[in-house]
Amino acid sequence: MYKTSFVRTDMIAPMAPPPSTVGVKGWLHTNLFSTPGNTLLTIVGVMFLLWIVPPLYNFLIGNAVFVADDGAACRIEGAGACWAFIWDRMNFFIYGFYPQDEQWRVNICFALGLALIVPLLWPAAPYKIANAVLFFLVYPVIVLILLRGGSFGLSYVPTESWGGLTVTLIIGLAGIVCSLPLGILLALGRRSELPVIKMLCIAFIELWRAVPLITVLFMASVMLPLFAPQGVTVDKLLRAVIGVTLFEAAYLAEAVRGGLQALPRGQYEAADSLGLNYPKSMGLVILPQALKLTIPGIVNSFISLFKDTSLVSIVGIFDLLNTVQSSQSDLRWGSPHQAVTGYLFAAAVFWVFCFGMSRYSMFMERRLDTGHTR
Amino acid sequence: MAIDVLEADELRTADMSRVEVSKTDTAVEIIGMHKWYGAFHVLRDINLKVMRGERIVIAGPSGSGKSTLIRCINRLEEHQQGQIIVNDVELTNDLKRIDEVRREVGMVFQHFNLFPHLTILQNCTLAPMWVRGIPKAEAEKTAMHFLERVRIPEQANKYPGQLSGGQQQRVAIARSLCMNPRVMLFDEPTSALDPEMIKEVLDTMVSLAEEGMTMIVVTHEMGFASKVANRVIFMDAGQIVEQNEPKEFFANPRHPRTREFLSQII
Ligand SMILES: Nc1ncnc2c1ncn2[C@@H]1O[C@H](COP(=O)(O)OP(=O)(O)OP(=O)(O)O)[C@@H](O)[C@H]1O
Ligand SMILES: [Mg+2]
Repeated sequence: MYKTSFVRTDMIAPMAPPPSTVGVKGWLHTNLFSTPGNTLLTIVGVMFLLWIVPPLYNFLIGNAVFVADDGAACRIEGAGACWAFIWDRMNFFIYGFYPQDEQWRVNICFALGLALIVPLLWPAAPYKIANAVLFFLVYPVIVLILLRGGSFGLSYVPTESWGGLTVTLIIGLAGIVCSLPLGILLALGRRSELPVIKMLCIAFIELWRAVPLITVLFMASVMLPLFAPQGVTVDKLLRAVIGVTLFEAAYLAEAVRGGLQALPRGQYEAADSLGLNYPKSMGLVILPQALKLTIPGIVNSFISLFKDTSLVSIVGIFDLLNTVQSSQSDLRWGSPHQAVTGYLFAAAVFWVFCFGMSRYSMFMERRLDTGHTR
Repeated sequence: MAIDVLEADELRTADMSRVEVSKTDTAVEIIGMHKWYGAFHVLRDINLKVMRGERIVIAGPSGSGKSTLIRCINRLEEHQQGQIIVNDVELTNDLKRIDEVRREVGMVFQHFNLFPHLTILQNCTLAPMWVRGIPKAEAEKTAMHFLERVRIPEQANKYPGQLSGGQQQRVAIARSLCMNPRVMLFDEPTSALDPEMIKEVLDTMVSLAEEGMTMIVVTHEMGFASKVANRVIFMDAGQIVEQNEPKEFFANPRHPRTREFLSQII
């Protein structure tokens, strides 16, 4: 008979969960073998790993040559990656043609940069404003004086001799630091109510976005000197930095514009109604939110900018990739895997920096999350 | 949530007639004002004079131009014809004057529009610090004073996203008050709120009215209107169709549109 009333007479004590959901077995079940389809995928995946991992391990570590005086050891049949070659040319990869005796100057720049950028990126570190001034305004001047020399009793080292990772970092960092403010201004300009400013910004953005970076770099190295007044030569490295910066600024402008558009109109109106003028409402209310929204897009642009620095090798600048590439003609280390090893090394260096940026942006996104807007 | 007129009459315990309305000082004056959105004539020949200390409620059907009207008063919307004079400053294209007017006019929105990246306290101190140049410590003191007035000082260090709708709206009111405005504009401050939260916001507004704040309120809360307002203005099709003291307005609406509207919401 169907009963409508019920009173529990005995309370149920807690029981252990079914064995198939806990422990190693439970984990395996839920993650690898939950359905026939997943089981199949697991098997295929394991087979793929079995196929790819051992040869990769043998090439990178097992049969690799870590220590050697020249390429003889790397030429042996069955030898893997020739890491000894990388190690031997490391100095060139980092400093390019920078004079050996003067490399301490580069090292000071590296150390100083690290000492300034770590506290800047670490949210809990104090004196953010002083730190930012030092990093964005003072540091570039110090780097220029130190690396270029020609004053304070330092010997002159032309930028043509700079190279390797040093140049990659200089172009990458200068590009990132200069393109963000420019991109923000362009994004604001594109949304301006003044038609002239708006048109100029749209024209700039659309022009630079429509041209491949290689073309930009070629034009910068061929055309800029044509337009420059007689006797004025713009440094080749500087030209590359300007080209990369303007190019990336156009992309950043579009990323930032997306963030500006995503903000509800009420935020603009609330800022206006409180009497904040345009710069203050942008700087205090709109941009902090818009930039937070666009962190993924901005970092995406930074990462592609950093990798695009390798294109400067085609206008004859010895960045990291170019030093690696030109080392391949080093006959002393000639061996079947010399080139592969070099490119693997270059790829690994780029990967470390780009992965670092990506993780840092995710960290910041989580930190800046203050819950949802209603 | 329209409250019955009779019930609203009972609500009328706080004697608002005590609150002084200046007979000489004009807070807001609108003369022959027209506004168009493109070809659409949204506000037509608006004439309105609000004295200092006066409390005006604007009612009317959806799309009648209520929001547009009060947004013209702090120039969130531009008018194309006629004059708007706020605290003796006429609104023109001059950005300086617009900022001058906005400094003295607070606005509370239907959707609160708090700044989600700032704490409650920072929301309240931002404009005083950056617009009025008040030192941080003093701005925080003022902010805490007003947060206490809207009865949420304990939320000062939370972010807006962590507060209920009613709490957010009270913070929005406090944020405006921190600028020490001479006029407060409210655009349907309670219509995005759940019924239990409406009361806490209305109570805050009533106490503000009792202190003599000049208020222009767009609302469908007829209980609030009859309790607090000196005048109710009824708008339809971009025009002021009728205005009167609340008692008269609710008891003897004269224009057929007003009657129709009141019969629908009560
Ligand atoms: N930016 C705009 N562009 C064009 N038309 C608009 C714009 N904003 C509002 N309108 C129109 O103007 C009229 C008045 O709008 P308004 O928001 O002032 O009405 P309201 O009385 O506040 O209505 P509600 O009670 O729904 O808030 C409406 O018909 C609306 O469609
Ligand atoms: Mg409205």
